[in-house]
This record gives sequence, C-alpha cells and structure tokens, in this order.
Amino acid sequence: MKQITILFIFILTIVGCSNNDEPETEIVGCTDPTALNYNPAANTDDGSCTYEKNITISFTQNWDGNEISAADLNTTEFVNEAGNLLTIARLRYLISRIALKKDDGSTINFEEYNLVDLSNNDSRTLTLSTPVTTGEYTGISFIYGFSEEDNISGEYRDLNDADWNWPTMLGGGYHFLQLDGTFNDSNGNIQPYNFHNGTARVSDGIFEQNFIAFDFDVDFTISDNATIEINMNISEWFKNPLTWDLNDRSTDLMMNYDAQKDMQRNGKSVFSVGEILQ
Amino acid sequence: MMSWRKYTIKFALTFCVLGGLFACSSNDSEILEPEEVYTPTPKPLDVPPILERLLPPPSVPVDNPQTVEGIALGKKLFFDPILSGDGTQSCASCHKPDNGFTDNNRFSTGIDGIEGTRNSMPIFNLAWNRDNKFFWDGRATSLEIQALEPVTNPVEMHNSWENAISSLQNHPQYPTLYQEAFGTKTITKELTAKAIAQFERTLISANSPFDKYLLGEGTLTEQELRGFQIFMDESRGDCFHCHGNDNSPLWTDNKFHNNGLDAIITDKGLGNVTGDPNHDGLFKSPSLRNLAYTAPYMHDGRFETLDEVINHYSEGLVYSRTIDPLMKAVSRGGVQLSPSEKADLKAFLLSLSDPSFIANPDFQNIN
Repeated sequence: MKQITILFIFILTIVGCSNNDEPETEIVGCTDPTALNYNPAANTDDGSCTYEKNITISFTQNWDGNEISAADLNTTEFVNEAGNLLTIARLRYLISRIALKKDDGSTINFEEYNLVDLSNNDSRTLTLSTPVTTGEYTGISFIYGFSEEDNISGEYRDLNDADWNWPTMLGGGYHFLQLDGTFNDSNGNIQPYNFHNGTARVSDGIFEQNFIAFDFDVDFTISDNATIEINMNISEWFKNPLTWDLNDRSTDLMMNYDAQKDMQRNGKSVFSVGEILQ
Repeated sequence: MMSWRKYTIKFALTFCVLGGLFACSSNDSEILEPEEVYTPTPKPLDVPPILERLLPPPSVPVDNPQTVEGIALGKKLFFDPILSGDGTQSCASCHKPDNGFTDNNRFSTGIDGIEGTRNSMPIFNLAWNRDNKFFWDGRATSLEIQALEPVTNPVEMHNSWENAISSLQNHPQYPTLYQEAFGTKTITKELTAKAIAQFERTLISANSPFDKYLLGEGTLTEQELRGFQIFMDESRGDCFHCHGNDNSPLWTDNKFHNNGLDAIITDKGLGNVTGDPNHDGLFKSPSLRNLAYTAPYMHDGRFETLDEVINHYSEGLVYSRTIDPLMKAVSRGGVQLSPSEKADLKAFLLSLSDPSFIANPDFQNIN
C-alpha cells in the first residue's frame, strides 16, 4: 500500500513537471521498453535500440548457378569440367562452427552442426538456438566438416545414428561429404562414383585433418529474424583448381590420400554465402 | 486459494463418479460396476549400455507411452492366434523368438496356405528407427500402423479387424487387460496395435560378442577382428556405408537401397510406395544383428546362407538402372573377396548375433 502511495505521488509529480514551462533535459538513448538496451531515463530515441533476433541457415546447392533440389537426384544430368556426364544419387555433407562477426569486432559462435541431406528437405534449414542482436555485421564463418578437435569418433549420437562415421583405420571421426552417383566412362558405360571426403590417411596410424574453414567478409544488417544462405556449387568439387576426371578417380577414394587432399583443395571454392533475407 | 481449487477438483470428481454411478444404475441389463480408474505403470525402455552410449534415446510416440500393462497386453496379443481369421496364427507364427523374431522360411505361409512374396522381417531395436518407415518397402509410417496390416492381409492372418475385435471383446480376459493398459474395456484396433507396438519396442538386442568387445567386457577372435577390418575397408567389404559400424551399433542405416540382386526388377519395393521409378527395386537395409538366427536372407529370402550373401556382394552383383552407386564394383560383379576374406567377414558378422536376445525369458510365449 505504501508503495502505491509513493507511486501515486510520483505520477503526480511527473504530471506536475510536464505542466512546468521549464525546458526538459534531453536524455538520448533507447526509449523502447521491449529493446535489450532500453534506457528508462531516456526521453529522446537515438536509434540505438537493439533486439534479439533468430538466425536460420538455409543450405542450398547448385551446379554453376542452376539450383539443385531433391527432384534432380538420379534424373538430371550434369557435365563436369573434365567433360564427364554424371548424375547425382546422394548428396550429404556436414557443416559446423557457424559464426557471425559483428562490426564491433565481437563474434557470435553457434554450437550447432548440421548434416545436410539433399533428399531430406528438413535437413536443409537449421535454426540456430542462440539469438543474435540486431545491428551491423561484417562476416560469416563456418567449417566444412569438423575441425580436428571436433572430429571425435562416436561423439555425436545423431551422426552415429545417421551412419555418418568415418572408419577408424582412416583416422575416424565422421564423413564430411558423401556425393554418390553415376557417370558415363570413356567407353560410354555407366559407372558409379563415390566422392566421399573426410580425414586423410597418410600411412598406417598417421592421419591428416581435412576440414576447410571458410571465413567470408560480408557486410549486412540484421534488423529482423534472418535467413542466411550457405551455398554449395557442386561443380566446383570437380573444377578448381584441379580438373577432376571421374575416369581416373571415381571409387575407393576414402583411403586414397591424394584424392582426399585434392578434394580439400577443390572444396575451397565450393561454398559461398548467398542471400540474407529478413 | 489452493484449498479452494482442491475443493473444486474434489467436487468435480465426486460429481463425475456419482454421474457414472447413476448412468450405470439406470441400465438394468448390466451389473452395477463403476469403471475403476486405472493408471498403468510407466515402464520406460531399458536401454543397453552400447546403445545408450552411442545413439539418441529410443523414440516412443507421445500417444503410446510404454507401460507395464501395455507391454504385457501386447505380448499376450503377439503370441495369441486369436487375431487370425481362423484362430490358427499369431504374430509369433512368422516372428519367432528363436529366429530373432523372423522365421526360417523363404516366404511365410498365411492361414489359407498361401505364401507371401517377401521374407518375414526380424523384429528388434525398432525404437531406433528415426525415419519410422517399416516393412521392406517402408510403406508403414509407424510401428502402430505396421501392426495393423498383417491381421487383414489375405496371405497372412486374413481376418477383418471387426472380427478380431469381436473375438477379443468376448474373451474372458482381454477386456480387463485393455482396461488396465488403456483405461477402457472397449477394444479397438488402434489400441490393439498400440499394445503390440509397445511389446515390440521392448525387443532390444545389444548384447552380442561384438557389443561386449566394444564395452571392454569381452574379446573377439583374430578372425572376427580381421573380418571387421574387411567390413570397414572401402576397397574390400565396404559394408559400413549401409550397415553401421562400431560407432553406429544398429548395424543398419535404416535406409533403402538397390543392392544389385536382379537385372530386371520384378518387385518394385520402395518404388511401389513412393511411385518414383528411381525407387524401383529399393528395399530397406536389414540389421546385421542376429544373422545366426534369421536365415534366409534378403527381402525375398533368396539366400539360404550367409555364404551366399557374401558371395553376392563379392561376385554376384547385377546391374539395373536404380542400383545404388555404393555397389561400385558391379562392373566386375562385386568386391572380389578371397576365400579367406569371406571366412573372416562371416566370422565377424556372426559376432553380431546375440544369444541372450533369443533366450530372453521376457520375450517367450507365456500364453
């Protein structure tokens, strides 16, 4: 009761003040009570209000700009840089350690990893559990596959359940990529290819990490819930810098050190950041 | 405030009970018997250590939680021929505990003496089936839906649900068992399927010699270990892309593949379900657990022995348009294992069989 009386007196006082002709002292700040940085003392909004928004990552795939969906599996024919006519039966890949850079130099790191499966639409979007604050951003980074410290055998139950493991004899951990399909070989026969990527085996018991860290400088503003597109241009796996001819290397690539490292080299131009929608 | 609320609830309960009594008493043909409110006892699945360590928790539908009474009812139903048209076959007729809950026939014969066209599937670890696609062709989207089908399938139990429910409803014990499990004596096919699914979800197998080896509780022979290396070697067995590995202990990916059995696809499998010609000839990868008890093998039971299965992948692959690219050695007939590699691989595969599963007293017929 006492508090209410005090509040009442307080309100009277404010009303009393507003009737006063004396100029009010201007206090600038965020005047929106729903904002993260609401300043109750401020009476002039300076546009500094910040809010929490959710980020969704949309994983898209294309072949030199032509978008690829599940409907293309087994049906659409593509020609790679080496001239191999190929189809895609299965595409799965792992992305981890997504992070956004703010213009104040801070970084927001997300814990999620995502196994994208082209045949499963749900797997192609990932809503990040940590909200971000509105404002100016300068970059997006992520890892294709798992970093060496994250790539621990058996550690991730959902990935175990998806049978996504990489054999212990090849260094263990998880696959980074499974791209399977068929191509017409130089004799015109249909042949399978299994373009699988993960840790590279140098020799017995000696392994070399094979992930790729991507760090894109992109200036963008987050003003609302946003969807950020991470794009895979599949043709780049076979193109840049090395022209990959499936006639030379199509299957049994997992234990092939050179093939694994060549995939990593070509992988560096595979991913890009696409549209940011909000 | 709290006491007032409690009072309201008590009052409402009293009113309901009284209402129920009055309703009953007005019916002359039945003995006054107020429906007892029965709360079944929750019985979460007992997850074995290797599955606990490596896999997500088992998936149980929220509208069909595991209960002591539900499981007991499901077990009784599973072994009871009452569900079949002429009272001669139960689920267990084609899904025998001794055979890892399949049978040893290529095709099972229904009550009318007619054979089916696919091999009876073994039943275990079904709560770890993230895609919820059951049958060889994935046509049932839940275990509860799956359990409905064999009862009415004309080449299986060839009954109608109407008739099956009538038999159950007129049985001296079942109405009470349904009440204990689901709080109602009114039997439906949905509740019947729920009970059977609850029992089936308890059929968990994860105590093979290989499991014990992974847990550090047992050892494997040199031959079994060599076989495991062949299994995991992409240039030799390359079995792991579809059949799990030491960190994926279901020993199946629960996905659908054409594994190169036939040049001409006669059974479209998944293709019949999705209507997509690219799915013609695709069947669900079966688990490699309990192979010692589950012969014959493949969706059509064409291979009587594990040797035949291994020979198929080694030199018997046949090309067809939808063959999985993982069958990469098809142009030379297969991965070409040597006789000793085949023997090693077979020894490893048999180390995934779990004698304690088929001997589990909880899974035996007690009707």
